[in-house]
Amino acid sequence: MPGGRNQEGRCQPMTDAVGDPGELLVRVWRGAEEGAFASYRVPARPNQTVLDVVTEVQRHHAPDLAYRFACRVGVCGSCAMTVNGVPRWTCRTHVRRVAAEGTLTVEPLRSLPRIRDLAVDMAPFFEKWQAAGAAFEPSATRADAPARVDPAAPERRAADAGIECINCAVCHAACDVVAWDTGYLGPAPLLRAWTLVNDTRHAGRAATLERAMERGGCASCHTQGSCMRHCPVGLSPTEGIAGLKRLSLAAMFLGGG
Amino acid sequence: MERQLFVLQRLTALVLAPLVLVHLGLIVLAIRGGLSAAEILGRTQGSVGWALFYGAFVLAAAVHAPIGLRNVLNEWTPLGRRAADRLALAFAVLLLALGLRAVLAVVA
Repeated sequence: MPGGRNQEGRCQPMTDAVGDPGELLVRVWRGAEEGAFASYRVPARPNQTVLDVVTEVQRHHAPDLAYRFACRVGVCGSCAMTVNGVPRWTCRTHVRRVAAEGTLTVEPLRSLPRIRDLAVDMAPFFEKWQAAGAAFEPSATRADAPARVDPAAPERRAADAGIECINCAVCHAACDVVAWDTGYLGPAPLLRAWTLVNDTRHAGRAATLERAMERGGCASCHTQGSCMRHCPVGLSPTEGIAGLKRLSLAAMFLGGG
Repeated sequence: MERQLFVLQRLTALVLAPLVLVHLGLIVLAIRGGLSAAEILGRTQGSVGWALFYGAFVLAAAVHAPIGLRNVLNEWTPLGRRAADRLALAFAVLLLALGLRAVLAVVA
């Protein structure tokens, strides 16, 4: 039987050669910081996502393969991996869009410590969220009336444009400055800071702005735009970071900063 | 501090842009026109205008370049933040000293 499937139709480890067009050659990173790619063949199916392929490899050939996913519908942000060299949310990435000549290379996300196989330690990413002042500080108590927020106000519109981040760390992995400078907060934490600075209910707006302009903050951004290009939900951290710079400079020259 | 450095780097870039263009034009003019060293010195010595022009140039470059160097050191070397700061500061002093010495040599 071509492609190395056994009688039960399960995939087998193979040499790196593309064969049957009805099959995919999948190269998967095995190991932690040290490791190697292992190759598997899995059946090519219609409407197959990269996460489906990784799951197929794990179910049928490598039960000890470590990877992370939860919702499978692009909400939880836990399944991001590097697919053919590009950071992507694997549950919403169709194989037919990314498989170069029937080959998929799946690696863990860049710029995060590798735990095992495709699973990375997300702690440094979330620590940067905290360092960027990601926590909302209420300016009212539960005894107060709900805040009236005009959805058409410029500040609210700016916050809304960045609020749907799913914390997948694709932007973190896509950013070259994050890869070069471990002290840089990165796109997602700074976008979070931008949404907070624009949230009129946030009590610490000046402090959040101040923190975003400290060392490792938005002044480190090179405006390369990789975060914006690769964000799976179409957000623009680049725009948020530019906004933070603008507000910060305005505060410096006009006072209040 | 970071914000001030960010602003200083951009403001000095603003100053440097026309100065660099004039400086490059001047080099081309001097070379193509066949000015000798003596002729150049004859024009620059005692000139308040050239002293101000190149004084501003040196000052802006001594502020602008070390801030960029500090970023490069942070991104491309394993040096800590403090070591990068010190190296960048030393580079600023060096640029300032060499530059002002050169300006003095042609205008004094």
